[in-house]
Amino acid sequence: MSAGGLHDLQTVALTVNGSERTVAVPAHRTLLDALRDEMGLTGSKTCCAEGECGACTVLLDGRAVNACLVLCAEADGHEVTTVEGLSERGLTDLQEEFLNAGAVQCGFCIPGQVVSAEYLLRGNPSPSEEQIREALSGNLCRCAGYQRIVRAVQATAARRRGDRG
Amino acid sequence: MTRYYRPSSTADALSALAAEGGGARALVGGTDLLVGLRHHTIEPTLVVDLKAIADLPEPIAVGDGGIRVGPTLTMGELAAHPVVRRRYPALVEAALTVGSVAIRNRASLVGNACNGSPAADTVPALLVHDASIAIASRAGERTVPLHDFFLGPRRTLCGPDELVTRIDLPRPPDGFGSAFRRLTRRRGVDLATVSVAAGVDRDGRVVLGLGAVGPRPLRTELDAPFDAADVPGLVRALDERLEIATPISDIRGSREYRHAMVRVLARRAILAAADRRTSGEMAA
Repeated sequence: MSAGGLHDLQTVALTVNGSERTVAVPAHRTLLDALRDEMGLTGSKTCCAEGECGACTVLLDGRAVNACLVLCAEADGHEVTTVEGLSERGLTDLQEEFLNAGAVQCGFCIPGQVVSAEYLLRGNPSPSEEQIREALSGNLCRCAGYQRIVRAVQATAARRRGDRG
Repeated sequence: MTRYYRPSSTADALSALAAEGGGARALVGGTDLLVGLRHHTIEPTLVVDLKAIADLPEPIAVGDGGIRVGPTLTMGELAAHPVVRRRYPALVEAALTVGSVAIRNRASLVGNACNGSPAADTVPALLVHDASIAIASRAGERTVPLHDFFLGPRRTLCGPDELVTRIDLPRPPDGFGSAFRRLTRRRGVDLATVSVAAGVDRDGRVVLGLGAVGPRPLRTELDAPFDAADVPGLVRALDERLEIATPISDIRGSREYRHAMVRVLARRAILAAADRRTSGEMAA
């Protein structure tokens, strides 16, 4: 790989949803654009493209980040998980609870909401409502489905703990 | 056309910056830089990614004398660090106001503090905690107090061929409390309309850091010691001292509004900081 060199096109080798991928991109190409346009992973959405809306949230080495604010070249040698990677074996329990709660309206923000919520639950299996709202505060929903989104995350946490609803 | 470079040593990074003659930009979290790239407000010839440099200071080192923060420490890591939470509560509060969880997973303290924004969220708290900055150039390294570092909007003592490699924070004296208060149009993912950090020591000495009320962040102290029984006296002292603020009117608020609000936030920050002198711990 050549991320150490001064070339106009960067060859970037990264792991995406468990598979090794190599792409050649201009230096200014964001990880988000590379995922969508070079790798066909359109689950992560392009919306504000400046880190305000969270529609492009992915996990980079296990941490939630805005893919629109990461250069593809920066991801060289790193591991990316998109919403497609979370649900490779069908809908996750979290996604099912989004549906059960009626949290999905137009749906555009949901991949980002799901990735952010998954990141929260991996670090904090029993989040309070306040912690859920804080964790998702960077994910905007123009349908304003926030109450049901919070309920979906609460229901997932309860389900993972084995609580009976 | 912007190029991307990921050096593995500080020397290589400094050489690359120098070779571009001012056209290069250092990259850590990218949460400011990528927005600028997208809007073409910043058009660097070269982006120098500092995250793979082996010989930069480690993200955080805790010593008896204080802490040392390297360029790659993120806001999220800073705010979760137990020693930072115990000794520098204003800085934790400031870091937690930055963006969102995803932003804080990328944004670096050094990047936020050192890009020269008068509204940078972490700077008032760093000023209150008497931070100093290490700047590396090919000629060597120098250390300057943070309050001398800012020259004007987006202008600092760090030249285009230099790098900020460290922020040092001395250990606060026993019984020192600090707090941060910020006014924004909405919570999170917005720039500060006004921000204030306050520090109060055991003897009541008050130090303030002010953001977004002038061309550069300001540090100032009150003449009289803090007296919890005399809040009207505190208000009068603030009215007088905060005349040093020279805010402008912009989309986030008018000059008059900022003048009024900096007094309110300063009072709140001082009262919160004074309360922390005894408890030591910040609220979870």
